[in-house]
Formats: sequence, structure tokens, C-alpha cells
Amino acid sequence: MATRKEQGAMAPMTMIQALRSAMDIMLGRDDDLVIFGQDVGYFGGVFRCTEGLQAKHGRHRVFDTPISEGGIVGAAVGMCAYGLRPVVEIQFADYFYPATDQIVSEAARLRYRTAGEFIAPLTIRMPCGGGIYGGQTHSQSPEALFIHVSGLRTVMPSNPYDAKGLLIASIENDDPVIFLEPKRLYNGPFDGHHDQPVVPWSKHPLGKVPTGYYTVPLESASVFRPGSDLTVLTYGTMVYVSEVAARESGVDAEIIDLRSLWPLDIDTILASVKKTGRCVILHEATLTGGFGGELTALVQEHCFYHLEAPIERIAGWDTPYPHAHEWAYFPSPARVARAFRKVMDETSSPVFQGVDLPLRKEG
Amino acid sequence: MRQTPALRLHVPEPSGRPGHATDFSYLRLAPAGELRKPPLDTSFHDIQDMAFSLIRVLDDDGNAVGPWADPAIDPELLRRGLRAMIKTRIYDARMQIAQRQKKISFYMLSLGEEAIGTGQVLALEKGDMCFPSYRQQNLLIAQDVPLVDMMCQLFSNDRDRLKGRQLPVMYSMREYGFFSISGNLATQFVQAVGWAMASAIKGDTKIASAWIGDGATAAADFQTALTFAHVYQAPVILNVINNQWAISSFQGIAGGESTTFAARGVGSGIASLRVDGNDFLAVHAVSKWAAERARSNLGPTLIEWVSYRAGPHSTSDDPSKYRPSDDWARFPLGDPIERLKRHLINIGAWSDEEHQATQKKLEAEVIAAQKEAESYGTLATGQTSSVSTMFEDVYKDMPWHLRRQRQQLGV
Repeated sequence: MATRKEQGAMAPMTMIQALRSAMDIMLGRDDDLVIFGQDVGYFGGVFRCTEGLQAKHGRHRVFDTPISEGGIVGAAVGMCAYGLRPVVEIQFADYFYPATDQIVSEAARLRYRTAGEFIAPLTIRMPCGGGIYGGQTHSQSPEALFIHVSGLRTVMPSNPYDAKGLLIASIENDDPVIFLEPKRLYNGPFDGHHDQPVVPWSKHPLGKVPTGYYTVPLESASVFRPGSDLTVLTYGTMVYVSEVAARESGVDAEIIDLRSLWPLDIDTILASVKKTGRCVILHEATLTGGFGGELTALVQEHCFYHLEAPIERIAGWDTPYPHAHEWAYFPSPARVARAFRKVMDETSSPVFQGVDLPLRKEG
Repeated sequence: MRQTPALRLHVPEPSGRPGHATDFSYLRLAPAGELRKPPLDTSFHDIQDMAFSLIRVLDDDGNAVGPWADPAIDPELLRRGLRAMIKTRIYDARMQIAQRQKKISFYMLSLGEEAIGTGQVLALEKGDMCFPSYRQQNLLIAQDVPLVDMMCQLFSNDRDRLKGRQLPVMYSMREYGFFSISGNLATQFVQAVGWAMASAIKGDTKIASAWIGDGATAAADFQTALTFAHVYQAPVILNVINNQWAISSFQGIAGGESTTFAARGVGSGIASLRVDGNDFLAVHAVSKWAAERARSNLGPTLIEWVSYRAGPHSTSDDPSKYRPSDDWARFPLGDPIERLKRHLINIGAWSDEEHQATQKKLEAEVIAAQKEAESYGTLATGQTSSVSTMFEDVYKDMPWHLRRQRQQLGV
């Protein structure tokens, strides 16, 4: 983080500890903050993100809820109408669907439909993403479904430092924020080499986190790895996959970690693509109708005359997330590296990413 | 060998359809004064039977009878209630005409249901918050909200505080404890519980009042609200207005056949009552009881208000296509205005002359308000808020993409 300033005492933290620290600090700073969700109270969350918070701040501030995503978000919207600032958890992003009506029709629209008379400054935390053998309902990346909704902010950190700073910024923000947490990154970065030992955050520079209050502003992307050959627009786990793919492909990729998915930091994106002239967009979520389509359109609209090659998208396949075929599904460093090289070859012919077979009709 | 009959899908039907009179015997009525008044700290267990009966105060002769009749009730409160109900009815009638004149795109009457919101809101306190559906305009009118403010929302004119963003009737008036109405049914029911939880979290003394219709009880948020209200003992009144109809669907299709909506509360561990929704005295007394319970940390109350949707569902609806045209005249619980009027005359607090004079005065008041509201524009005149405001309030601060889109529109 080039812009990171001296922020007092630092401590090694996993993403889990960083998120917990953010909530702990905000519970202390804002009496109107409440935290609730399934298993988040006494037990401290199935991922331990809220461990100890109920004991420290009390059952009125941090509590367990019935298993009802619609109820969790609906009650939170009502609390917002009262004047509280709820931070709620949906246990897995795969399970937000029952809350869709409350998120889309209510939280996202409340300020607009009342001309600001009522607002919904809530944060909805959702562990997301694959790479953990989570199968269909513990691996999804539903960010595109939120990005399509006017009135929502969608955020996804990729490391403990950003996780804490972005969560504090999201909680303080007066708009409803969907805060997606890549659970694959909870304990350490992951570059897609599932056959190699996992590195813990304690051995990574971004695992050092200020113990006190700080924010990472929303709508600010970070240049995760500067480069000159091509621009990679990505976020979450794919930041590390693209980093290792750059190394392995020998392509000097400039990796942009979007951090705020929507509204996003358009200036950082455009400056980078205009500099490199090439763009690869990478996410775990399925390709069609995915956020990559929007990013592609934005780059095409704003950087057309700077582009030296077609924009390449690498994404999860357009299938439900499989269990046994996890590593054929998850965009691998090899697949990403191939795409990098393909974009560097300046081909304008149709691109069939990661498919080695020639395209032909069967039979 | 045993013969097994073929299974048959049961699809509930109302007894009355156009040309056939409704048989209202399904209503589970009870005579006025018959039901007891439980202590405030009652357990839902001890009043389970009341979820299948009917609390009524006014008998057929307009006398207040039984334990829910409050002999000390201030007749001025009743007169205020009657005036609010009359005003609501006049307002509805005028706005329906305005819709027919294309000054408004859409309207929804509350004809026949005027007592329920009126009776309850007069039992609440300043600072309590109602989470209404779209048929609770009486919550506002009973508080003497300036009608011009309400009408400007209907007209979507440049005085509309919602800046023309919302369909007519979807009012939002925070200062009158009236939460923003959403087109999405039932969502507000669980939000009300959340608001009540917030009040309890902060150690406040305010309570929430949640509103839903019989049809919308089938939505998931209804059950969710009951569960959360019960789990956290939230200070909320959960109001179900059973007006027998959800657009064209009879309440049997919502799950009301052979049971009651109050019974849903019992199953969730919530003290639940079933009340004559056209009996202003019953509405006020039960609302007061439920509000005191909530305010005393004794938990939520669910109330099924039995009434009848006398008018069309909306200005886009024609009830003669699915129910008898004389249905309301045959509805056993009558007209809330007529019933309260008769009671007030009985106790010497009202007269036919006063009724007529009040009606005239309120008519003039509504007409004057309409005239003023129309002077700020109507949908027909196109005198609306500036188009550039369309992009505001999506977020607290306008992001770059909305600024860009606003520029593209050239505003």
C-alpha cells in the first residue's frame, strides 16, 4: 500500500482477526452499532469473526438470530429507521437469497424513495468465494447480483489490512454496504496452487495491521502490483492468482485490486489501461452476466483508442460451483497465465480462454 | 383389495361470486361484550381461545357493552375518531375522482376500514412508529396531517416531499410516526419488529406498530416478523387487517379457511386477539391494551382486525368481476362510521345535525386542500420536481457514474 501512513501500533492479524478488530473498535466508538446474525453471538461466528465481542460488549449489542436471512436484514432495516447502525452477517453469501427482497427493495431504496427521510446505513457481511471444496452452496460469488442494484455499495477486501480498514469505512458509510469476505483468504493468501502448502498471514506483509482505528476509503482501488504490459482488473482471491500468474507467465502485469466493486474507482482503472493498452478481467464468479461484463464495457467505452488487444475475461465457468471438480472450475494460475500471454500476442481472433482443443462441433 | 380414491387438490373458493350472495357464516363472530379482558401480563397460553373468537364492544343498538367497554372514555376522543374517519372517507372519495380525472395516476381507498388505523393511532403516543401498508391513510389523517402534504405526494407535484419518486399513496412522514410505504408487501412487518428491537436495545420507551393485510400474511416476512417479535419479546403491535380480500383473492386463498389469522400468532407464542375492526371502541380499547403491554416490556401482541374491503382494491381494480356487488351491505359487521355515529348519538355526544354539519365542513376542508395542492401542479400539468433530482438520494453522495448519467440526460 503505497499510501499507507504510520498508524500507530501494528500487530500480525489474519483476515478474521482484522475483521473482528474492526467490529470491536466500532462497537466501542459508536453506541448505535449493533451486530447480529446466525451464530455470531455467544459462539462468536462459524468463522470466529465475532469471537469475544458479545462477552465484551453485551448481549444487547452482539447477539444471535433465528435462521432467517430475510429476518436478519429486515430487522436491520427497521433498526436503521430507528437510528441504529447494524452490522449483520449472512453466514455464507450463498444464503443471502432469502433476504433479496429486503436488500434490493428496501435497504437499497430507502433513502431514494423517502428523499432522505429514512436511510439504511447498514453493513451486511457475507463470506464468499470458492477454493475450499465448498460445493454449490458454500462457494458462490454473487457480487454481480448486488452491483446491478442501484443504491447498494459492494466491497470485497483481499488482505487483513484492507479488510479492517474497508470494514470500518463501510460501517461508517451511510449507504447500505454489501461486504463480501473471501473465506479462502481468511487465514492466509491463496494463489490457486492448491497442491502447495498454504502461507499464513503472519508470513505476509499485508498481515500486519494497525491495532487502532483507521479506514481504507471506499471507491478507491489499489495498485496491488505495478506493471507495464497489461492491466488486470480483479479482487478477492484472484488478486493472488493473478500475481502468481504474472510471475509464471513472465508478463509484467499491473494488478488492480478494485476493493470497492461498485461504485468503483474508475480513475485508477482508466489510468492503468491507458498506460498498458491491454486489459484482463478476472473473477471467480460465473462469466455470463458477471461483473466482468460491466468492467469490460467500461474499459471499452473509455479506453477504446488505447486498447491494443481485445479485453480478455477469465471467470468461473457458467455452471453451478462443483465439488469434485473444484480445481477445474476455479480460475487457475495456469489459465490466467495463458490469458496473459494471449493478450500479449495481440490477437484479435476469437479467444477461447483456457480451452486447448480447437473449437468444432461434436459429431 | 382396498380401493384408494384418487387425490384431489383443494382450492378454496369464496361462497359469493358475482350474482351469488356471500355466506358470511365463516366469519366466527361473537356477540358484543362476550369476551373477557385479560390482564396485561397474560400469557398467550391463557388467551388461546380468543384468537378464534371476536372482541366486540358495540352491540347492534350502538351501546358499549362488556369488559372492553371503558366507561371513563372521553367522548371527545370518540368524536375525534369519528371526525377522522369521516375525513378519511371524504379524502378517499375526492382522490378517487381526481384519479378518474387523470390528475393522479393511481389511488387506493380504505373504504370500510377507517376505524382500525384511526382507533389505534389515537391509542399510541408521539414518537411511536407505525409501519403501514398502503391502506392506512387514516393513521395520518387521524393525526391531522396537513392534507395538502398528502395530496402533493399523490399529485407528484413540485411540493411532493418524495420528489415524484414514489407511486401515489406510498407516503412517508417520519414526524408523524409513519414509516415509508414500499410496494413490496410484508417487508415492513419485520422492519417494525427491528425498529421495536432497536427501541428496546436503546432502553427507550417507544413502541412500534406493524401493519399487514390478510393476503400478505402469506409472504415469508410475516412469519419472520412473528418469530423475531417472539424471540426478542419486541415492543410491537402486529396488526393484521383481514378485510377478506387480496385484490381478487378471497382470504381463504391466503390460508384463512377454517382458521383465523390471530391463530398464527398463538402458534408463534405471541398473545393474539381477534377483534371487530369496524367497532371503533373495540379497536381503541384493544390497541390501548396492546400498546400498554408493549410499553411495559410484556412483549408483542398480534391483533387480527376483522373488517371488509368495501371499495375496489385500487383504482385499477373492478371488484364486480369477482365478488357480489352488494357484498358490503350484507357484511355482518357493518360500517364503522355508522356504528360509532349511532353510539355517540346514544350517549348524547353527537347528533344527526352535527354529523351533517361535520361532513359538510370536512368536505370543504378537503376541497380547499385539494385546490391548494393542485395549485402546486398535478401529474396532468407536469409541474413536478426538477428532473435532475431523479439522480439524487440513490446514495448519500452522488457517485461518478450517476453524475455522468445526469450529464447525459442534459439536466
